[in-house]
Amino acid sequence: MIEETEFLAPGHRMCAGCGVALSARIAVNTAGKDTIVVSPTGCMEVTTTQYPETAWRVPFLHVAFENAASAASGIDSALKMLGKRENKNILVFAGDGGTFDIGLQALSGMFERGHKVTFICNDNEAYMNTGIQRCSATPYGAWTTTSPPGKYSIGESKPKKPIARIAAAHCIPYVATATIAYVADYQKKLKKALAVDGPSFIHVLAPCPSGWRFASDELIEVSRLAVQTGVFVLWEVENGEMENLKITKKIPQRKPVEEYLKTQGRFKHLFKPVLRKDVIGQIQAEIDKKFERFGL
Amino acid sequence: MAWRIIEGNQALAIGAKLCRPKVIASYPITPSTHVPETISEFVADGELKADFINVESEQSAISACIGAQATGVRTFTATASQGLALMHEMLYIASGMRLPIVIGCANRALSAPINIWCDHSDTMAERDAGWLQFYAENNQEALDLVLQAYKIAENKEVLLPGMVAIDAYTLTHTFERVDVPSQAEVDRFLPPYKPLYAFLDPEKPITQGSFGTPEHYMEFKYSQQKAMEASKEIIDQVFKEFDGKFKRRYHKIEKYKADDAEILLLTMGSMSGTAKDAVDRLREKGIKVGLAKFTVFRPFPAKELIEIAKRPKVLAVVDRNISLGHKGALFSDATSALASMERRPLTVNFIIGLGGRDISPQNFYEIVEKSEKILKKGKVEKELEWIGVKKEMIP
Repeated sequence: MIEETEFLAPGHRMCAGCGVALSARIAVNTAGKDTIVVSPTGCMEVTTTQYPETAWRVPFLHVAFENAASAASGIDSALKMLGKRENKNILVFAGDGGTFDIGLQALSGMFERGHKVTFICNDNEAYMNTGIQRCSATPYGAWTTTSPPGKYSIGESKPKKPIARIAAAHCIPYVATATIAYVADYQKKLKKALAVDGPSFIHVLAPCPSGWRFASDELIEVSRLAVQTGVFVLWEVENGEMENLKITKKIPQRKPVEEYLKTQGRFKHLFKPVLRKDVIGQIQAEIDKKFERFGL
Repeated sequence: MAWRIIEGNQALAIGAKLCRPKVIASYPITPSTHVPETISEFVADGELKADFINVESEQSAISACIGAQATGVRTFTATASQGLALMHEMLYIASGMRLPIVIGCANRALSAPINIWCDHSDTMAERDAGWLQFYAENNQEALDLVLQAYKIAENKEVLLPGMVAIDAYTLTHTFERVDVPSQAEVDRFLPPYKPLYAFLDPEKPITQGSFGTPEHYMEFKYSQQKAMEASKEIIDQVFKEFDGKFKRRYHKIEKYKADDAEILLLTMGSMSGTAKDAVDRLREKGIKVGLAKFTVFRPFPAKELIEIAKRPKVLAVVDRNISLGHKGALFSDATSALASMERRPLTVNFIIGLGGRDISPQNFYEIVEKSEKILKKGKVEKELEWIGVKKEMIP
């Protein structure tokens, strides 16, 4: 599909229609052979590295859940000291838990120290490896097993943490958002991220059919709708200049958010048994506000 | 070789420098901070060609060491107490991945209450983590044990990480005369690090940190245990080789006036010096007391202990830690090692010096006095005794 050689070999144990698998495949194939992959504990690590097999045709390191960025920092330093740093990529594939929550401290440290590492957050908006528990990446109104809707709950009660803006606030050389529905845009950003001399961060929306409750062949459609409804905005910031945030995919005719929400079982309680116009309206209002605030 | 007057932290730092680690990742913590300070100066002055990573936590310090060591270089860090506890999860991972990282640890009490002074609770809490554990009595041992720890850890029969523990303040901040070997001498003892299995090289891609199912997990742990067992022989070889080159002989358990002792004190760390003084004074009074100091705690030198325990009638195990709800760590391991003896000595456990409470010769006179009573009665009435606790202060 992308390159002649697949560096994430087929036969791994990730689900059909997994957004994370697709994102990782695009990224590692774009980065090429001279790449070291680091991954925290999570879906991807457990499904691709079951001893004595591995799906990785590039060097791969997993240490623990919260420290992928620190381990990657150590690799960067070691390669430098070995005189082997030139022309090598260090690529971290972390989930939203390993980025937004438990991995945030190590990530912030790695950014601040300026390690030449490309950190990709494959965000599927909940702790999927443990079975769909909410995290700070879970969007407002979504069902998860720890944010269940009920008499006193509409599902997740907090808005999503703006992780890419938090990354950009570190004034690192490159920060972008991407999604697997816009591969060319994602690849262009990957190439920029890998080329900078310092840390880079790409926040990839990578939907999860099992956790979001949609059919596995709807992955691309759901990802595209996230962009077309303005739920997920594709942008980049170069050279740490937050004021020069550039929208890479303009959406002149935004679709109503309802079209996105309807595709996923995790929002079905907003439609049945009663149509929760208030909650959907609130989600729409937040998107409208975001577009107004950032002049999108 | 040159004599220098240095503190224990400097001894660890100089020892580490002489081993030429390529990556040092560190986070400051009292009373270990002088170690990263000293090493960062070595790097700043070009005395040590290494990358010094100022990380944002101890957890990241050990994680960066794991990342670097997995890439294929020798690494070092130093910590204490809460910092070591924050590394806990990663300590198991480093040993499970068979990465021969060496760290220096200033033995400091664990919170709460927060306390920056010496006891052995921090490293004892990590005794099951699959790390080699060495305990220094003085600053010379601190330096020497770092050199030997690398050599043992990196041996292909071992490939386990190791920690060199030195007592907070008593060693970390106390200046002593230390024989500092030259770089050339150390280079002849410790060859450059060449990873056998652990490297991250695109020319030869491997996966490290795999997912191990019930089908394979046990074999990993069995292999680690086998490596621990194998390290016992390697430790002896390395200690012997070190003696040949540097004229200082280390033993897993060092004996002091132990051969004809009826009462044998088992000690660890800097208290051993005080205890040796007490033994001398008591010997002058005709009391047959001796001492056995554990320089190596992991792997546990059971064979050596059994040999040493054949003659004495009472073993007084002095623990600067307590496994709350049971006994001191040394006592637990020592008594379990002695269980196979046909005729074993009486054993009693003394808890001493927690949270930096001073350990004096008087404490050892008290311990020996209690041990003499046990000797006379021929039985132990109270297996666990706390030395120097102000019981009147407890409501």
